[in-house]
Amino acid sequence: MSEPRLIEVRRNVLKQNDVIARALRDQFHAAGVFVVSLVSSPGSGKTTFLEKTLTQLQPRYRVAALVGDLATENDAVRLARSKAPVKQITTGTLCHLEAAMVQNALQDWDLHQLDFLFIENVGNLVCPSSYDLGENLRLVLMSVTEGEDKPQKYPTIFNSADVAVITKNELSGAVEFDWDAARKSIESVRPGMRIFRLSAKTGEGMSEYLDFLSRQLAEQRAVVHS
Amino acid sequence: MHELSIAMGIVEAAMDEARQRNVQVSAVHLRLGALSGVVKDALLFSYEVACQDTPLEGSRLLIEEIPVMVFCPQCKEKRVLESVQLFSCPECASPTGEVLQGKELEVYALEVEE
Repeated sequence: MSEPRLIEVRRNVLKQNDVIARALRDQFHAAGVFVVSLVSSPGSGKTTFLEKTLTQLQPRYRVAALVGDLATENDAVRLARSKAPVKQITTGTLCHLEAAMVQNALQDWDLHQLDFLFIENVGNLVCPSSYDLGENLRLVLMSVTEGEDKPQKYPTIFNSADVAVITKNELSGAVEFDWDAARKSIESVRPGMRIFRLSAKTGEGMSEYLDFLSRQLAEQRAVVHS
Repeated sequence: MHELSIAMGIVEAAMDEARQRNVQVSAVHLRLGALSGVVKDALLFSYEVACQDTPLEGSRLLIEEIPVMVFCPQCKEKRVLESVQLFSCPECASPTGEVLQGKELEVYALEVEE
C-alpha cells in the first residue's frame, strides 16, 4: 500500500442546513413576513411568553407559530388558545430544529398572509446554536429563577442570538435576582446585546418588547420596498 | 447532544469526496471553532459510531480547534480571545462582538490511500 497523502477538501459540515436556511430567509423576505426564533432552556417560560406575544400582537398583526418539541403536542394546544395558526414540529429524539424541518412544516402555509412568524425551538441551550433556521431575529430567553451567570455557562447560544429576554420578572424579588450581575454576564459574552426584562404573567415590560418587534417589521418592509 | 448528527454529516461529506476521487480515507481533518456549538470529546465519540459499517470505519478524526478571533474597534486590530466567556480585547479590554473567526465546522482535508 502506498503512503497516505493529504488532500484539501474544505467542506462546511452544515452546508446543507445553511443552504436551506438561506432559501427560507429569501422566501420570508419576499413574503414580507418577519421571523423570530426563540431559544432557551426547558422551563424558562417560552410557551407562556409566546402565547402572550401572539395574543397581544393579534389585534394589529397576522401572526403564526411553529413549535418544536421532543414529544407531546401540549405546547401547540396551549398556544392554539391564542387563536393564531400553530403547528407542532415533533422532533422525536432530536434536540434541536433544523432548517429542513421548518421548510417542511411551512409547505402548506401561505407566508404572504402573515406579518410575524414565531419559531419556538426545542428547550435546549446548546444544540440549537449551530443551526440557522433562516430567522430574522433570534431571541434567547432566560428566567430570573435560572441564575444570573447562565450566559457565561452557555456563551455560544447567547452569542448566536440577537436579543436577550429575561422572563418571570414577577419572581425576581422572591429569588433575589441580581439584575446587574445578569446584565454583566450577558455583556461579557455578547457586548451591546439588546435586553428586555419582562413578565409575561403580569404583562410588565411586554409593551416595550412588542413595540420593538413592530419597529423591526417596519424596518424590514422599508428595506423590501426601497 | 447533536454531535452524532454532526458526525454523520462529517462522514457523509468525507465519503462523498472519497468517492469522487476513488480513494480510501484513513483520517479526516476537521476545523472546529470554539463558537461552533459542538463539543470535541462528544464529537470524537460520535465519529466512531457514525463510521460503523461505512467505508470510513477505522479512520481517525483529527480535530484542529479554532479559537475565536474578533476585531477590536479600539486597537483596530484582530485579536484572539482567550475564552468564549469574555468578549473583550485581551490588550485594551474594550468590549467587542465582531467575530471574525471561531464558528468553523469544516472538513478541511482528508488523509487518503489510493
